Amino acid sequence: MQQRPRFVNRLAQPIRNLAQRFAFLGLLMAAVGMMILGKVDVLLMDSVRAHVTDTVAPILDALSRPIDSVSRAVDQVRELADLRGENQRLRENQARLLQWQTVARNLEAENKILKGLLNYVPGPEPNFITGRVIADTGGAFAHGLILNAGARDGVVKGQAAITGDGLIGRVAGVGDRSARILLITDLNSRIPVFIGPDRTRAILAGNNSDHPRLIHLASGETVSAGDRIITSGHGGAFPPGLPVGQVASVNDGGISVQPFVRRDRLEVVRLLDFGLAGILQLPKPGADPQSNRKAGGHKGAQARKP
Amino acid sequence: MTPGPWQRMDLLARQLTPSMLTLALVIINVVPLHIPGFSRVTPLLPLIAVYHWAIFRPRLLPAYAVFLIGLFQDILTGAPIGVNAFMFLAVYGSVLSQKRFFIGKSFFILWLGFSLIAAGAAVISWVLVSAFYVTLVEPRTVFFQYLLTLGVFPVVAWLFLRWQRAFLRLV
Repeated sequence: MQQRPRFVNRLAQPIRNLAQRFAFLGLLMAAVGMMILGKVDVLLMDSVRAHVTDTVAPILDALSRPIDSVSRAVDQVRELADLRGENQRLRENQARLLQWQTVARNLEAENKILKGLLNYVPGPEPNFITGRVIADTGGAFAHGLILNAGARDGVVKGQAAITGDGLIGRVAGVGDRSARILLITDLNSRIPVFIGPDRTRAILAGNNSDHPRLIHLASGETVSAGDRIITSGHGGAFPPGLPVGQVASVNDGGISVQPFVRRDRLEVVRLLDFGLAGILQLPKPGADPQSNRKAGGHKGAQARKP
Repeated sequence: MTPGPWQRMDLLARQLTPSMLTLALVIINVVPLHIPGFSRVTPLLPLIAVYHWAIFRPRLLPAYAVFLIGLFQDILTGAPIGVNAFMFLAVYGSVLSQKRFFIGKSFFILWLGFSLIAAGAAVISWVLVSAFYVTLVEPRTVFFQYLLTLGVFPVVAWLFLRWQRAFLRLV
């Protein structure tokens, strides 16, 4: 009686080992297969992502709330410490912005007259969908966010995602109650932009670092550090005129861009539903308290000298 | 004496914890922390879990669970689907093949082992992603992510050690 199990064991053990090894190899092959499948059938993978993200969204939502509160509290304490300096800065800003207001009023009046002369047809007003950031799906290989707004809130793939500071990315995948945002810094992000006052055309290409690069510049065009970058609206992917960032440096390695939006500050994101084509009119100041709070945080990026 | 249904359920629940903890780490990993520059180099917490359980309780974290957790990580983080699955499996397999070396070693040696295996994992993932996108992905972020993962290893591994002493002593 003792002999048989041992015999069976002796026979079964190598077979079992072999089977396990094959199963392991099979799983490795399956992983490679998934990668190839993902390369071939992007849509399938997108829908898988959307479904899984939808399932996890409530958990992420619950987890991210307390952390948001803590980070807000930390911010408040920090602001308290810097109250005097902040006040000083705001005073200076106020003085400068008052001048700008005058300029803007004049331009607005002039614009109105010119539009009247040209029978200009304004584009449709954009609608906003606001969502909370429930996951920052960082890592070395992808830059994205997950929002707690989805198809049931009217989110559609391709919509531009912005904050008060400027463009952060676009909707790359939509689930029922969650949406995945591809940030402008992601390797897969390509955005047609205008650079500087000359409106030089280029493509803003993410490279998985904090500073995306400008590529496909028309030859003979020059850009310099500090030039402001806005979306051009070419290709119909984005509404034109959204602030994106400014040129950080120009050297042999290429032109790197400092985006206006700081990724670690993202808590609430707005998605622009501007129809298929149209000229975006940015929301009037004061329309959205959330965006104003954020716009206040970053200094002078939109108020550069002409 | 045969265990009653409650005991069996208790045992099952305990046996599930390694997989569940690893899964939880995947989710915790993507919660936005609002720390400047952090989201780019978030430490790969699930990798630590896979390494740890492969050494101490490989039976409770079988290869297919590692595969599924890797897929989940890919889906959630937006990496090409399959990359992390492959990487986790590679780590799991290489730990199991060196199981004799790891048994009864000090914590420091385990950390050292992790530093080697995680370096291999980082290289594998970088190669896979670069091949997937047919471009050279920025290697610096991968490197910093590796360093941070090494840095948090003691904390996570210590928690897991406590956990397995408390709940998995007899499992």
